[in-house]
Amino acid sequence: MGLFIAQLLTGLANAGALFMVASGLSLIFGVTRIVNFAHGSFYMLGAYIGYTLMQVLPGAVGFWGAILLAGIAVGLIGMLVEILVLRPVYRAPELFQLVATFGVILVVQDLALMIWGPDDLLGPRAPGLKGVVRIMGEPIPKYDIALLVITPFVALGLWYLITKTRVGILVRAATQDREMVGALGVNQAWLFTGVFALGCGLAGLGGALQLPKGGADLLMDFNILTAVFVVVVIGGMGSLPGAYLAAVIISVLNVFGVTYLPQSTLVLMFVVMVLVLMIRPYGLFGREEVAGEHGQVGEPERPIKPAGLQVRLLVGAGVAALASLPLIGSNFTQVLATDILIFCLFAASLHFLLGLGGLVSFGHAAYFGGGAYVSALLMMHVNTPMELAFMLAPIGAGMAALIIGWVCLRLTGVYFAMLTLAFAQLLWSLVFQWGEFTGGDDGILGIWPADWLSGTTTYYYFALVLSVGGILFLRHVAHSPFGYALRAARDSERQAEATGINTRRVRMLAFAFAGMMAGLAGGLFVFSKGSVFPNELEIARSFDALIVVFLGGVKTLSGGIVGGAFFKGVEDVLTRYEYWRLAMGLLIIFVVIVAPDGIVGTLRKAAERFGLSRKAEDEA
Amino acid sequence: MSVVLETRGLTKSFGGIVAVNDVSFQLHKGELLALIGPNGAGKSTCFNMLMGQLKPTRGSVFLMGDDITGKSPREIWRRGVGRTFQITATYASMTVIENVQMALISHNRQVFKALPFAHRMHRDRAMDLLAMVGMEGQAERHCAVLAYGDLKRLELAIALAHEPTLLLMDEPTAGMAPRERIALMQLTADIVRDRGVSVLFTEHDMDVVFAHAHRIMVLNRGELIADGSVEQIRNDPRVQEVYLGGGTVFKSEDEAEDA
Repeated sequence: MGLFIAQLLTGLANAGALFMVASGLSLIFGVTRIVNFAHGSFYMLGAYIGYTLMQVLPGAVGFWGAILLAGIAVGLIGMLVEILVLRPVYRAPELFQLVATFGVILVVQDLALMIWGPDDLLGPRAPGLKGVVRIMGEPIPKYDIALLVITPFVALGLWYLITKTRVGILVRAATQDREMVGALGVNQAWLFTGVFALGCGLAGLGGALQLPKGGADLLMDFNILTAVFVVVVIGGMGSLPGAYLAAVIISVLNVFGVTYLPQSTLVLMFVVMVLVLMIRPYGLFGREEVAGEHGQVGEPERPIKPAGLQVRLLVGAGVAALASLPLIGSNFTQVLATDILIFCLFAASLHFLLGLGGLVSFGHAAYFGGGAYVSALLMMHVNTPMELAFMLAPIGAGMAALIIGWVCLRLTGVYFAMLTLAFAQLLWSLVFQWGEFTGGDDGILGIWPADWLSGTTTYYYFALVLSVGGILFLRHVAHSPFGYALRAARDSERQAEATGINTRRVRMLAFAFAGMMAGLAGGLFVFSKGSVFPNELEIARSFDALIVVFLGGVKTLSGGIVGGAFFKGVEDVLTRYEYWRLAMGLLIIFVVIVAPDGIVGTLRKAAERFGLSRKAEDEA
Repeated sequence: MSVVLETRGLTKSFGGIVAVNDVSFQLHKGELLALIGPNGAGKSTCFNMLMGQLKPTRGSVFLMGDDITGKSPREIWRRGVGRTFQITATYASMTVIENVQMALISHNRQVFKALPFAHRMHRDRAMDLLAMVGMEGQAERHCAVLAYGDLKRLELAIALAHEPTLLLMDEPTAGMAPRERIALMQLTADIVRDRGVSVLFTEHDMDVVFAHAHRIMVLNRGELIADGSVEQIRNDPRVQEVYLGGGTVFKSEDEAEDA
C-alpha cells in the first residue's frame, strides 16, 4: 500500500512538467493551427538555460528565480522564432509551418551542443528540498512534493488566464474562428506572437522545473515530444483540463509500468492512446474538428496532366544518367545514389497520401521501417531466402498500413495525423523493447542480399530499377481513376459521396498502397545496409519524409521526389561537418521562407513569371 | 402519372426540437416541384433526409415504390437520384470536364481501377453533358477559377451524369445574379421537359418559384401547410401569413403596380 501511494505521488509529480509542455503545445495549436514540432526543443532550452542560471544565482531564491527566468527567456526566444520564422509563412499551405518548426529543432540541437557541450548535465538539487519524506514508510523526494504543490497552481493560473481575462477571451475566440477575431479588429499577428511566446515559455518552465529530477541532455527534445503529443491528443486538442488529466494518466502509468511491466512501458503509453481515441476520437475533453472550419489556406492545387514528350525525354535522360553512374562514379557514389533513390521512393509514397489524398501521416516511417524489419526478421528467424524476404517487405508493410489505416481513418485532420504517429511509435516501442525477438536497440545485423545481388553495382541497378519503377508507378496511379478519386475525396468529400464514391474505402486503399511502396523502400534499404535498427521506425524518420515532401512541394506531382533528392543529397554532404544540423536547419528555414510553395511549386511560378512556361489561367 | 418520390410521415427531431414534423408528399414523373418556406422551416433537413445525409426520426421515403429510408447517400445515388448543393461542391483541383468524368467513372464502377488514364475516360459523354448546361466552351478550364454561376451549372452537369430519374436541387440559384437565375431555372425546366426527369428544389426567390415550378409545397416550422398549384399557393391566406411583410411578393407584377 505504501509503495502504491509512493508511486502514485511520483507519477503525479512527474505529470507537472509534462502538463506544462503539453498545455503550451495545445494552446499554440488551438490559436495558430501550427503543430509545433520544435516544442520539445523549447523544453530542452528551458532546462539548459535554467541550469546555467542556477550556477550563477545563489540560494533558494536563486533556484526558483532561475526556473522562472528560464521560462521567461524561452518565451522570448519563442517570440523571436515566431516573428522571424513563422510570420513569413502563415499564408503558406496548411501544415507547411511545421516544416519551419522542424528546422528550428535542428538549429536548437546544434546551438545547445555548441553552448553546453555533448555531456549530460546533472541538475542541481533544490535548496532546502534535498532529502526525502517518508509516507507510510516509503521515501518520497521532497522535491516531488514541491512539484505536486506547484503544478496545480500553474494549472489554475493558466486556467484563470484563459477563462477569466480579456486575453483569454481573445485566445479562445481565435481557437474557434480566427478569421472572425481578425475581422473584429484584433491584431492577429501579435495575438499569434503572444500565444506562441506563452506556449514556449510554458515549455521552458517545464524544462527548468524538472532539472533536479532529470537534468539536461541533448535527446530530451525528441524524448518529450512524443509523450507531449500523446498527452495533447488524449486530453483533446486545445483543452487545458484535458491536458492535465492526460498528463497525470500518462505519468502515473509510466511509474507503475516501470515497476510492474518494465518491458513494456513505452508500448503501454501508445496502447492507452489508441484505446482512448477509439472510444473518444477527439480526446477526453476535445471537440470534433469541423472540416473546413478554419478555411483552406493557399490556392488549390492545379489540374494534373500526364507528362508530355519533353518531360518524358528529360526523365529518360535522367534515368540514363543514373544508369551510367557505375561507369564513372566510385563505389561510394553508388552507395550514396542508392541511398538517395530509396529515400526518394519513400518520400514519393508519402507524397501520394499527403499530396493527392490530403492525408497527413506523421508516422509513415512505420511502413518504411516495418518493411525493413519484415525482411530482417524473416531472414533471422526462419532463414527465408532473400528474394522471398524482400518481396514480403512491401506486402507486410501494406498489410500493416491497411489495418492501421482502417483505425486511423475514423479520424480526420490533425487527430488523424497524431493517431498515425501513435501507431508508428507503438511499432517502434514494440521493436525497441521486445529485444529477444527484434534485437531491440542493437538492431538486426548481417541481412545481406543473395549472392547474385551482392555486388555494389549490381545492387545499385536493382535499387535503381525498383525505385524508379516504384516512383513511376505511384505517378501513374495518380493519373488513374483511383488517383482521381483520392483527389476528389480530398477536394470535396460531400460531392464524392453524393456521386457514389466510397471515400473511406478509397482512402484506406490509398493508405495501404502508400504503405506498401514505403515497405518496398524499406526492403531495398535493409539489404543495401545489411542491417536495420529501431530508428528506421522512429518519429525522426517519419518527419524526414514529411519535411522533404513539404519542401519539394505538396501541391505538385514531383514535389516528393525533388525534395527527397535535394535534401538527401545536401544531407550527405553536410553530415561530414560537425555542426551539420545547424546548417541543415537554417537551410530548411531559408527554403521555407523563400519558397512557400515548395521547391517545385516556386520554380514553376518563377518560370511562369519570366515567361519560360505558360501561365495558369487567371492566376494573379 | 407514376409516383417517383413519396414520403410518409417524415419526421426529424434534434433533441427536443422537431425540425420536420410528419411531412407526406408525392412527386410525379416529369414534375418540377418547389419546396419553399421561411428560414428555419426545415427545408434543408427535409432534403438531407431524402438524400440520406440524415436519418429520419420517424416516417419513410420511397423511391419508385422502394423504401430507401436511412440508406446511404451513395446507395440513393446509385438508385438514380442526383443532387446539387446549396453551397457548391466541386473538385477544385481538376478541370471542368474532369469533374464530370469523375462522376461518370463512379457511375460505371471504375473508381478502383489503377491502370487506365482517367482523363481519357468517358470524354465524349462528359462533353455532351457539359454542352447540355452550356459549359462545353470551358471544358478544359481549371475548376477553381470558375465564376459562381458556372460552378452551379457544372454541378448540374455532374448531377445529370448518371441519367437520374430524380434530381434534388437545394437552393439552386442562391448567390447568383438575376439573369443567371433565370437562365439556370430555364435550363432545369428544359431538362425536365426533354428528359422526363423529375425535380424537387428548394428556393428563396419567389419570382423563380412562381415562374418555373409546376407545383409548390410550403413548409413552416417543420410542417407542410400548403401543397398546390402556383395560383393556389399565391392566394392561400395561410401562406401569405407565413410570409407576412413580403405580401407584394405574392402578387403578380400587374397587381403590384395597381396597388
